[in-house]
Amino acid sequence: MAVTSLKEYIGVPRDTVANFNGKQLVYVSWDHHLLFAAPFLLCIPPQMTFREMVEGPLTALTQPDPDAKNIDWSKVEWMKSNQAWVPNFGASLADNGIGHKDQIRMRTPNLNSLRAAA
Amino acid sequence: MSNVFIALQANEETRPIIEAIVMDNPQAVVKREPAMVKIDAPGRMVIHKETIEGLVGRAFDLQEMHIHLITLSGNVDETDNSLTLTWNN
Amino acid sequence: MDTQVTKKKLGLKERYKLLTRDLGWETTFHTKDEVYPYVKYEGIKINDWDKWEDPFRLTMDAYWKYQAEKERKFYAIIDAHAQNNGHLNLTDARYLTAIKMFLQAISPGEYAASKGFARMGREFGGVGTQVACQMQALDEIRHAQTQIHAISNYNKYYNGFHAFSDSRDRIWYTSVPRSFFDDAMSAGPFEFMIAIGFSFEYVLTNLLFVPFMSGAAFNGDMATVTFGFSAQSDEARHMTLGLECIKFMLEQDPGNLPIVQRWIDKWFWRGMRILSLVGAMMDYMLPKRVMSWKEAFDIYGVENGGALFNDLARYGIKPPKGWDVAAGAIEHMSHQLFLGLYQWSFGTAFHGWIPSDDDMEWLSAKYPTTFDKYYRPRWEHIKKLEAEGTPFKNYGLAKLCQTCQLPTVFTEPGDPTMMCHRETEYKGEKYHFCSDGCQEIFEHEPEKYLQAWLPMPALFSELNGDIGAWMDWVGLKNGVDNGDYVGSQDQINFDKWRGMATSNKQS
Ligand SMILES: [Fe+2]
Ligand SMILES: [Fe+2]
Repeated sequence: MAVTSLKEYIGVPRDTVANFNGKQLVYVSWDHHLLFAAPFLLCIPPQMTFREMVEGPLTALTQPDPDAKNIDWSKVEWMKSNQAWVPNFGASLADNGIGHKDQIRMRTPNLNSLRAAA
Repeated sequence: MSNVFIALQANEETRPIIEAIVMDNPQAVVKREPAMVKIDAPGRMVIHKETIEGLVGRAFDLQEMHIHLITLSGNVDETDNSLTLTWNN
Repeated sequence: MDTQVTKKKLGLKERYKLLTRDLGWETTFHTKDEVYPYVKYEGIKINDWDKWEDPFRLTMDAYWKYQAEKERKFYAIIDAHAQNNGHLNLTDARYLTAIKMFLQAISPGEYAASKGFARMGREFGGVGTQVACQMQALDEIRHAQTQIHAISNYNKYYNGFHAFSDSRDRIWYTSVPRSFFDDAMSAGPFEFMIAIGFSFEYVLTNLLFVPFMSGAAFNGDMATVTFGFSAQSDEARHMTLGLECIKFMLEQDPGNLPIVQRWIDKWFWRGMRILSLVGAMMDYMLPKRVMSWKEAFDIYGVENGGALFNDLARYGIKPPKGWDVAAGAIEHMSHQLFLGLYQWSFGTAFHGWIPSDDDMEWLSAKYPTTFDKYYRPRWEHIKKLEAEGTPFKNYGLAKLCQTCQLPTVFTEPGDPTMMCHRETEYKGEKYHFCSDGCQEIFEHEPEKYLQAWLPMPALFSELNGDIGAWMDWVGLKNGVDNGDYVGSQDQINFDKWRGMATSNKQS
């Protein structure tokens, strides 16, 4: 049973995409860059291209990190739902298969200024 | 053996209670912290009404302790004459 | 012989028996199942309700007598506090951040606990349990009231206190304790007892109240010491109720063990997540610190929790499943959460700040293997940003955990440099978690947690991302209640008034 109850009980999810006025939630985090305490929550339209997301909100939000100015976006390694994945910068989020509440992760292997010395 | 403990507010009324606990439980260790006193004892601690009455010089109802208690640890058994804390290990 | 027998004074056990004697009548109009409709569906089997006994055996007259005395003591001190400018005796007004968080997040939990125990006093089948739950319901409403009353003195002078009831319902971080209590109250009576009576009261309350009250005593906050101790004096009774209830469930039927164990695992984990707020308070918010979060956990978590679970081992109970993961994260959790509270302080009804050099030295000493290695570099960089005139604010908002509702600030077990990413799909929807513990709780009862009202997504679904409208709605005065402590009205006023109180300066 999907909930302990007296009789059958079906819940109504609160955060379905229909509630976001044509936009969707996308979570983005930068591995090993924990100056940012949690993944960023973005609420953006699915028609936005991946490049627009990177050059817009993502560039702005990552600014405070000392590595931000040295990011070579063409070399960033990406993950989606914790699996390695290659985005198409020119295509929309929807065409990149980025759905509502998807988690995108970026890695910059040689760029880890604030990471603890091993 | 695990410690049982009791913590009481640090005030005039708990002074004789703490004193009685120390008298009746030779293994008890008293720790004084800001505004509170914590008493640890290995496995078991007994608080006797009679000992407290001897110190305060009046009748004392063990349930008066409820006013000053902060926390305790262990299985509780309370009678008119004593309050006991124990761990079964 | 004709000597008159003197009427013997009744003993404690007999008095308690008389108090509860007539409450357990045999019903005739309705079956027991109709009268107590919620005691079976969770799967807990009870064969004999009379086997449950209240070890304190407090009768109603004694209860009122001692509670009245506690109230008299409480108000004597609160009056003295108000009459003697108690609000200026604090070490520093920065300290009040902890009290604002307490009022917004914890006091409403007292009220929720009162509602919950009132319900359990009705739903449980045994008279001993009913009486103990009803007393606890009265205690808990007293706690909520005395806390609000005591803290209202600070509301006259400082910001961040004025809208606590709206904060309770609407601001983001309060949804953490609120969802904790909502989860417990929407469960059955036995799970509620394990959640609140056992896990919260027995395992966690010491970690919440004892350090809080000692911290208040250390920082000159007589009002909080007083409400804290007044509330805490009921706690020994609550803890004992929780422990007796769990033993009772385990003794009644061997089939109860796996159900109880799962609840212990769940509620320990949910409780540890709430305690991250307490950890941040102890390690960062108290100007004068009593002990570190880690030291408190060693005493009340490891030592006391260990003793408890050793004792329960005779019933087959094992320590909570997440225990080792939680213990492994003790030297990280407060740092990870406070870093978040600082960077999102534009959205908190309390102030944030960069730890001073002294603070950081204390943190390195208390956390020798973690603070300098992982957390100091971040703060040094934040200090640099501040010095350059570009103070660090993270306007990215945060991904929240579907179960505990905290921002997902926690790292992978065993790798403090890697954020923990957990997600699952249920009926075509994605859900995210801060940890395996929270994910497992969701997966056991997805139909419950998929309804969670998560404040960060709601800012977009309900207010279209309009931060100003959101601030109005949660009762947050921008530039007054929130942001950095340095330069805040609270700081300026405290320094000014304190100057007036300790010298002849007029303004
Ligand atoms: Fe309470
Ligand atoms: Fe969580």
